[in-house]
Amino acid sequence: MKPATSLRLLLLMAAFVLATLPAARAAESGKRVVTVGGDVTEIVFALGEGERVVGRDTTSTFPPEAGRVPDVGYMRQLGAEGVLSLRPDVVIASAGAGPAEVLKQIESAGVRVVRVPDPHSVDGLIQKVTAIADALDAKAAGAALTAKLQQDLTKARSEVAGMPGHPRVLFIITAGSGPPMAAGTGTAADALIKLAGGENVFAAHTGYKPISLEAAAAASPEAIGLMDQTLREMGGVDAVASNAALRLTPAAKEKRIFGREGSYLLSFGPRLPQALSDFAHAIREKAAEKGAL
Amino acid sequence: MTSAAIDVTARIRDMRAAQIRTRRLFLVCLAGGLCVASLAALVIGAVPIPLGDVFGSLSPFHDAEGQYGEIVQSIRMPRLVLGLCVGAVLGLSGAALQGLFRNPLADPGIIGVSSGAALGVAFVIVLGNAVMPGALAIAGPFALPVAAFGGGIAALLGVYTLSRRAGALSGSSLILAGIAINAIAGAALGYLSFASTDEQLRQVTFWTLGSLGRTNWASLIPAAIAMIAASVLLLRLAPVLNVYLLGEREAEHLGVNAGRLKNQVIMLSALGAGAAVAVSGIIGFVGLAAPHIVRLFAGADHRVVLPGSALLGALLLVSADLIARTAVAPAELPVGILTSALGGPFFLWLLGRYRRELL
Repeated sequence: MKPATSLRLLLLMAAFVLATLPAARAAESGKRVVTVGGDVTEIVFALGEGERVVGRDTTSTFPPEAGRVPDVGYMRQLGAEGVLSLRPDVVIASAGAGPAEVLKQIESAGVRVVRVPDPHSVDGLIQKVTAIADALDAKAAGAALTAKLQQDLTKARSEVAGMPGHPRVLFIITAGSGPPMAAGTGTAADALIKLAGGENVFAAHTGYKPISLEAAAAASPEAIGLMDQTLREMGGVDAVASNAALRLTPAAKEKRIFGREGSYLLSFGPRLPQALSDFAHAIREKAAEKGAL
Repeated sequence: MTSAAIDVTARIRDMRAAQIRTRRLFLVCLAGGLCVASLAALVIGAVPIPLGDVFGSLSPFHDAEGQYGEIVQSIRMPRLVLGLCVGAVLGLSGAALQGLFRNPLADPGIIGVSSGAALGVAFVIVLGNAVMPGALAIAGPFALPVAAFGGGIAALLGVYTLSRRAGALSGSSLILAGIAINAIAGAALGYLSFASTDEQLRQVTFWTLGSLGRTNWASLIPAAIAMIAASVLLLRLAPVLNVYLLGEREAEHLGVNAGRLKNQVIMLSALGAGAAVAVSGIIGFVGLAAPHIVRLFAGADHRVVLPGSALLGALLLVSADLIARTAVAPAELPVGILTSALGGPFFLWLLGRYRRELL
């Protein structure tokens, strides 16, 4: 093939692609999406479909572009008419979204509601991405994203496999006025601890349950993870480490206490590979070295 | 008869006529306000719907096509009906309980009916399947209203017996008993939240927050029937409650069966407030404030206080819900915040203005 012919062919192909692109965009632009759940919103943006999002819930804080569209309220306390006022074609909602009656009302008004299961696992993330890509009719982008995530996750997991030991971890989600709430079996934090090769000291309980600081000390965790908001409320790493009850735990002695943003660490979204590697390091290294808060 | 005596009788008759006119005017104003609020609740919402379409979709001849009809019929209409029923029955049971206990602080919330009802609901949600497997499926949409009624009546009977045993059936003993029942119900609710799964916890939390946003006709209708029945029967007790205001013994002398009256008020309040809690969760302040506002405007006659409290309770709740679902649209505010925010300052202003007459 002469260079000139191949160039002409290339130009022709480029022209064809350019000509079909606006048509494809137009067909899609009719699809207005409301996303409910931080992980769902993040995946929609990661699929490159962020411009179709016309509404999102309060927990959708990442990526920052999501903040530009109206907030339909907390994911478990949606209002039917508020969501409908954004004229969505499809509502993509995380499994925890609700109330169920409100989602039913939205559905009966003729809007497709897609529920995305959230089993807090690596496979679960891949399933979420596939389900959302299907709902958006963006199968190619979905396949590309799952391939990339699988690659990054394999890398992160082999990195974790090479790390020493199985640290005993306590994960605290809120402190507030009452006793702190710790993550038990079945929670996203529990799943992350296991993935990172750690052992959850609160695994005897199911879900998020209050824990007394004394019981926390008795469990002698080697690392204490917190939501960064909670760590701030409790006064930072030094305050937690010098807490009367926690003072004697290995975690406090080694200052292996760290705070992370909740939706980054626990949503099992597209940032899971980074979160996993980060968490696996954090439960094994001194907080001071990471310069946490 | 001297002309002076005739003059006095005539003047008393005139004063009574004027009083009746004022009361009638007051009730008509409330009813008018309620009509306006109800219309606004149908017309205004997060989705802008042209007036013609709102009323068009309510007419029996319209075609059921399109989102507008669905929004008016399946979202705004049931929500309005629920607000009317819950507001009316809370106002009414508050007024009747205040009359029965001759205590201005009595209301379904303060004396524990609401938290008892919420506890009943939470008990069924969290332990229902463990204690009586299959029963939930059989009872279906009636399970939660029945549980709320049971919890409400248990709390009311508890308060009644406790305050009775402590001496006279009024004064601080009633409020103290109510506080105790509220504390016990709160503790039990706390334990149930602890023992629940995440999904159950979400449902339980809803009942302690209160919202009109979850209704659909299927769950609304049984509860609405219970609330309307309780309201109608409570309204009929007005003349007897008037006599009862004189005192329990005096009322007995005048032919009132005090025991029967107490049973009626307690059962009907528990039925009404229980059904209200079952579909909308705990909504505070309406039951306490509505009767007082009516009394401050129109006096203590239960023939005015009862219907007035029903109208005002409904007006307060429908207006609060209208603001709750439009103020921060597309999100929603919890309606309980707004009933208190609307009613509270107004109540304080009234108290300040009439302080001399009250004390």
